[in-house]
Amino acid sequence: MGILEVKDVNKRFGGLQALGNVNLSVADNTVHAIIGPNGAGKSTLLNCLVGKLIPDTGSVMFAGQSVLGRKPFEINQMGISRVFQTPEIFGDLTVMENMMIPCLAKRDGSFRMHAIESVLDEKALREKAESMLEEVKMLDKRNMHAASMSRGDKRRLEMAMCLVQEPRLLLLDEPTAGMARADTNNTIDLLKEIKARGNITMCIIEHDMHVVFSLADRITVLAQGTPLVEDTPENIKGHPKVREAYLGESA
Amino acid sequence: MFGLEKKDATLLLIVAVLTMCAPFILNPFPSDSGLAQFNAGYPDLMQRFVIFGIFAIGFNILFGLTGYLSFGHAAFLGVGSYSAVWMFKLLSMNVIPAILLSVIVAGAFALIIGFVSLRRSGIYFSILTLAFAQMSFALAYSVLTPITNGETGLQLSLNDPRILGTSISADGGIPVTQLFGIEMRSTYAMDVGPWLFQFNAGYYLCAILLLLAFYLSIRIFRSPFGLMLRAVKSNQQRMNYTGLNARPYTLAAFVISGMYAGLAGGLLASMDPLAGAERMQWTASGEVVLMTILGGAGTLIGPVLGAGFIKYFENIFSKINDNVLHQWFAFMPDGLEDFMVTIVHPFVGKGWSLTLGLMFMAVVIFLPGGLVEGGQKIGKLFRRKKAAEDTSPAAKTPAE
Repeated sequence: MGILEVKDVNKRFGGLQALGNVNLSVADNTVHAIIGPNGAGKSTLLNCLVGKLIPDTGSVMFAGQSVLGRKPFEINQMGISRVFQTPEIFGDLTVMENMMIPCLAKRDGSFRMHAIESVLDEKALREKAESMLEEVKMLDKRNMHAASMSRGDKRRLEMAMCLVQEPRLLLLDEPTAGMARADTNNTIDLLKEIKARGNITMCIIEHDMHVVFSLADRITVLAQGTPLVEDTPENIKGHPKVREAYLGESA
Repeated sequence: MFGLEKKDATLLLIVAVLTMCAPFILNPFPSDSGLAQFNAGYPDLMQRFVIFGIFAIGFNILFGLTGYLSFGHAAFLGVGSYSAVWMFKLLSMNVIPAILLSVIVAGAFALIIGFVSLRRSGIYFSILTLAFAQMSFALAYSVLTPITNGETGLQLSLNDPRILGTSISADGGIPVTQLFGIEMRSTYAMDVGPWLFQFNAGYYLCAILLLLAFYLSIRIFRSPFGLMLRAVKSNQQRMNYTGLNARPYTLAAFVISGMYAGLAGGLLASMDPLAGAERMQWTASGEVVLMTILGGAGTLIGPVLGAGFIKYFENIFSKINDNVLHQWFAFMPDGLEDFMVTIVHPFVGKGWSLTLGLMFMAVVIFLPGGLVEGGQKIGKLFRRKKAAEDTSPAAKTPAE
């Protein structure tokens, strides 16, 4: 039994079958990549996992509990964090404030009336946030306005915000899209380090095969809403069905 | 100090000094001079400055932090006023129970309206709150006449029970509002040469409550709760996926700002024990929006500045009539004098709102951050000048 079990999930948008009988099992403490051509249903699947979309049929179990019918914030509190395709951060706030919010959410739950205490007195949380920023090499930017940063920095900040929550499952939707080569390599190194530390499962959607093959333990190939193959990276590389789905050539 | 950062403590101290010395600061002109009409240091107006300051501070906790623009906050002000007057009618003329009840009732009212309105955001939220406020106004005007006394407004009478006080005062009139024996209307007048300074008990009660309200708002701004409210304004999507439920945060902010409005309403009734439905009208809701934006939404001091600014205009500018204008332009030849009076006439007296509207437009266009941004820009200008003077000799040295 994996930590994430997706069974017979179907999702239809009008006449379009976005997901058809998707079955996916992600083992604990592994990195599972989901690849596939544009329109394969990767993002729809991810949205079904975090509560943004509700599948028409099927079940999604996380650590033995169903996530269906729960709101996104409840699913996050269960231990699933998500990095978006376009960075979703608190643009009006400083980098440090951005980091404090997930720290507070992790400690205090989805709502707590902390109206009189000062944020500056949260020493333990501030240290935690700072050490996470140090890890993604953004400590020198902690007082910057998040919206004024480069796209790569915004991505790293978003990842740091997710990681500081110490999620059991981290979902990454194209974490290196639009990044420079050097930044991509930094991100790969960071994710490898996180993985080595253990106690975290990652699910990556990615187009960059360099990233996929350097990180993934298992790969699922999705095409037209259905899983084509699921195997180790080595076996996926030369798989005829994968070549067909990506390149359209007949084997 | 008081658990505040140095910058915030300084700000609180400045506001404290300004409010405590307001009777001096607002009365800069000798009473017999021609400029005496620009003095604002009389009790009635000073009370209104601080009461609407409290109203705007509360509104800013909702609008400034979460970005939810409520267009119905006057409803809470009105509810607070009615509650306070009922307390004066039934219990006693002491202002403490009246103010407490007005805060509680306004808070409960805000909880109901907020619970429904906060299901939507943006323009739909504004329209929902506006609808609720207009509904309250219409109800107070007609159906709820037994509670609100309809068009006449709720007033005290000699037949009121006042179980803990007296129905009729010693001299046979309606008793006046007081705080443990200190009458709210009692004023100590100080003559200093040609100046007349008035110290009013009611004003000082309002000023102390303003300071408390301001202090609480600083604490909220700097708290984890305040940070979450700013997160709501910045990105609700990220907030949801960070495990935070935005709804209770916005509702709490809505109720807190409703309670501030109730406090302001209760104080209005404590200073002058009557309450009318027009206090709930949409123009009153719009006024607090103007105050907050004019002063600087999302800043600590902005709403207080905006409230003072608008109330000063409403009360002082509106008193300039044609006679005063003729006096001002008396030094000009007759024809020119009449011409000038004709030109200036639409902008003063009853036309004060035209001037206010133009100034509001100017502020919104050139200073989107309100008066506070204007202050910051001027401050920066001075600092830059100073910095330039400091560095210029050093910069010249290598060239020589």
